[in-house]
Amino acid sequence: MDLLIPAMLTIITAATPLLFAALGEMVTEKSGVLNLGVEGMMVMGAIIGFIAVHASGSVTVAIFAAVLAGICMAAIFALFVLTFHASQVPTGLALTIFGIGLSALMGQNMVGIAYGGMPKIAIPGLAALPVVGTLFFQQDFLVYLSIAMVAAIHYFLHKTRAGLILRAVGDSHDAAHAMGYSVIKIRFMAILFGGAMAGLSGAYLSLAYSPMWVEQMTAGRGWIALALVVFACWRPVRVLFGAYLFGGISILQLHAQALGIGIPSQVMSMLPYLATILVLVIISRDVSKIKLNAPASLGRPFHPSR
Amino acid sequence: MLKKTLFSLVLAAALAVGTTAAAETKAAFVYVGPIGDHGYSYQHDQGRLALEKELGIKTSYVESVPEGADAERVIRQLASSGHNIIFTTSFGFMNPTLKVAKQFKDIKFEHATGYKRADNVSTYSARFYEGRTILGTIAGKMTKSNVVGYIASFPIPEVIRGIDAFTLALRKVNPAATVKVVWVNSWFDPGKEGDAAKALIDQGVDIITQHTDSPAPLQVAESRGVYAFGQASDMKAFAPKAQLTSIIDNWNNYYIDRVKAVMDGTWTSTDTWHGLKQGMVEMAPYGDAVPADVRQLADGVKQAIIDGTLHPFQGPIKNQKGELVVKAGEVISDADLLGLNWYVEGVEGSIPK
Amino acid sequence: MWPHLVRRRLPSKAMVYLSPVLALVLSMLAGIILFLIMGVSPLGALHAFFIEPLSSVYGLAELGVKATPLVLIGVALALGFKAGVWNIGAEGQLTMGAICGGVVALYFYDREGFYIIPLMLGAGVFGGVAWAAIVAFLRVRFNANEILTSLMLSYVAGLLLNMLMHGPLKDPDGFNFPESRQFSDSALLPLLQEGTRLHIGAIIALAAVALGWLILSRTLLGYQIKVAGSAPAACEHAGFSHAKIIWTTLLLGGGMAGLAGTIEVAGPIGQLLPNISPGYGFTAIIVAYVGRLHPLGVLFAGLLLALTYLGGETAQIQLNLPVAVTGVFQGLLLFFLLASDVLILYRLQFGMAAPAVETS
Repeated sequence: MDLLIPAMLTIITAATPLLFAALGEMVTEKSGVLNLGVEGMMVMGAIIGFIAVHASGSVTVAIFAAVLAGICMAAIFALFVLTFHASQVPTGLALTIFGIGLSALMGQNMVGIAYGGMPKIAIPGLAALPVVGTLFFQQDFLVYLSIAMVAAIHYFLHKTRAGLILRAVGDSHDAAHAMGYSVIKIRFMAILFGGAMAGLSGAYLSLAYSPMWVEQMTAGRGWIALALVVFACWRPVRVLFGAYLFGGISILQLHAQALGIGIPSQVMSMLPYLATILVLVIISRDVSKIKLNAPASLGRPFHPSR
Repeated sequence: MLKKTLFSLVLAAALAVGTTAAAETKAAFVYVGPIGDHGYSYQHDQGRLALEKELGIKTSYVESVPEGADAERVIRQLASSGHNIIFTTSFGFMNPTLKVAKQFKDIKFEHATGYKRADNVSTYSARFYEGRTILGTIAGKMTKSNVVGYIASFPIPEVIRGIDAFTLALRKVNPAATVKVVWVNSWFDPGKEGDAAKALIDQGVDIITQHTDSPAPLQVAESRGVYAFGQASDMKAFAPKAQLTSIIDNWNNYYIDRVKAVMDGTWTSTDTWHGLKQGMVEMAPYGDAVPADVRQLADGVKQAIIDGTLHPFQGPIKNQKGELVVKAGEVISDADLLGLNWYVEGVEGSIPK
Repeated sequence: MWPHLVRRRLPSKAMVYLSPVLALVLSMLAGIILFLIMGVSPLGALHAFFIEPLSSVYGLAELGVKATPLVLIGVALALGFKAGVWNIGAEGQLTMGAICGGVVALYFYDREGFYIIPLMLGAGVFGGVAWAAIVAFLRVRFNANEILTSLMLSYVAGLLLNMLMHGPLKDPDGFNFPESRQFSDSALLPLLQEGTRLHIGAIIALAAVALGWLILSRTLLGYQIKVAGSAPAACEHAGFSHAKIIWTTLLLGGGMAGLAGTIEVAGPIGQLLPNISPGYGFTAIIVAYVGRLHPLGVLFAGLLLALTYLGGETAQIQLNLPVAVTGVFQGLLLFFLLASDVLILYRLQFGMAAPAVETS
């Protein structure tokens, strides 16, 4: 127990950036758009958030700035794939290259500057509870927000009319168009939401997880987030599960190493990837369920005048 | 306003292109990471900037050069574009450097951390393990739990040398202490390095040292109230209370000396392995938490290494099985240190192979 | 009045060729602004990016060296993407190919023989195919999405290579540094031009382009790929199984990536290292799409992408531009290239929007 609670705390911080980015990408994909630029949007959120906190001293301002940065990056993507009908897959990849470059340029003077990190917010009353209090009620604002977003997105997608329309657009844009919905507008919004969430993920990295700026500090987390959306079969609660599974195994393998387990560290580092594949294989066997949740129009361009 | 700035920029740029003197000595640097990594490549670039400032010469650099097929092209391009001396700053550039050097006999090459030389290829490296000895000494005196954490990147000899030197010094002042090593399989992933620090602290470690590039472990140590050592540069800004001291890579003097040698025509192929004595390895000022007696002890160790009266790998040295590998009075030779691949007694776990 | 995009009745033949030109012009304009902001001469920068690397035999040869893996993988990926199979893990398949080909080279390190290179290339293809087969098997048998499995297996392959380089494959005389022996001359690809690094891998890449074109335009498989891509459900009606297309395209992609991996180690690198590829497997995805999933297009796209990498190095050397600028410029160039293709199917109309057309 002495080891378990702190390990769990570490897992929460490792999982939170994945959770934000994956949730955002999931909403984007639910509308039928595959944006492989998560890493690029995330890294821009990280640098803009860090610059903002450095300039203003306010975490609130920094979070808003990071969200805005994510949205701006997503808007570039949306402009190209929706307005100019550019293919989604390479445009997303180009967005990542662009974002990594631009963030490095903007961050040239931010290297070596320290920031104390986001304050933790103890929820009055609950924080004092044993175990549960430490784990769930003494976190920083973004951790609370990430969990709240799971619930909010679940509610939005499955309980609201707007969510229904979004899913309809993702499942069959032609049918949705025929019913009079503006496919382009809805997808634009979904892409921007994905960008905002990637921005939050970046902000979590540079403000809370390891509060500093160094080039390419996202270190591939955008790609993991992409994989988690698939893993989750486009369901918010399962995204939560996936992010915590991946984060959990990443942390536990570090613990296992520190305990002096005799397995090569490279094999230990493979575990999160292998476990994700394994679990995916186990949960993918029910084809009908996947068909039910996977957006059928994912990645397909929409030509309205057809 | 903008128009004017743009115009002056164009003008400045045009002028810059137009004034390349032929006789000037030019130095070039090839980095494996981005100069914004605030670690290894960053420190080399600090050396480049010091060189520019000191000698007033022009330098070029190429950053984030992958250690693969691209390195040879980059080095060759530098060689064929008027540079007189080229520093390739990562081990993986060894064979590409030698290949290019063969074709450009008049140009001097300097390869960091390798072991292959030629008439126009020198090697240079820093005895960072001397710094590790000081860290180990401080850690041995300051640990309460007698378990110290070590965050490592990849199991190359340089990293293992560091772990061993640290552990030897640690146990010399505190025979009960042991070292837990966690490999993150990355030079550079702040999040993961921080996670490794957390995992180590959760397992009872009360001092963290690292052979990875980012200040993330120090930040974790600061927030968890344990101590840590910085890496590559003084990282006190990230951990004002937690940082006890830091090993600083200082390439400035070496770069200045070698380029001067090219200018004077005295450059010859050499194998340099400098440490505390020559100032290639420096220690950051002690943190406030280090008590006076520990400072005195650490200063003594530092001075002894500089004077040559103390060798970090002085026998008796036992391996993990407790077998005596280096007898009392003997030291591990430089040649054996170069390829060191075994842990000394007191390190937990095994080297990933 | 905002200009609007209006769908053409027929795709524009002229724009098929003109749109990349337009994209280049637009990127140059964007580049000029970018370079001005960075405080360097835009002309000097554009010269460094696009002219300087092509102005010597060595530079041209390097362009071939850099483009070879991109084209090899890009062609095969294009077939997969056309079939709607999302193999984004070519990087891992390349790594496995490099390991297998490299192991053969190291096994024969003290021998000479014409048979060594063919064996290496065969082993490389095998390595890539085997790695991709895992993805195909999991997809067909367990319905596990290939985006996830292929990507995750890339990380696993990278770690495996790392482990081998620190262990059994390291140079016995290499002071425990994670590098293999240097390959013997018999295990190095023959050069096409002395004094450069251009090797026969470039010819293999051209052959792959021809083969890809043949498959797509002249074979039943090509037809089936197109059917599978446009309407997966129609496969069974057309008399073939969707699973077969998944297997074929994934193995093809894996094989080509594996071949590219071996070609990299047997060509410009000449030994095994802990890092073989600077992300060729991922860049090849872009190459496939910028080449419009057409083998010939992939060839040009591969060359263009390779040129921007070479140009980025030159810009760093000549103008002290940080590598980040290259990333930004590459991103812009790709945006314009990908977006300009819209003009093949659409035209710009100024004035009022046509009523039946939705604009955003």
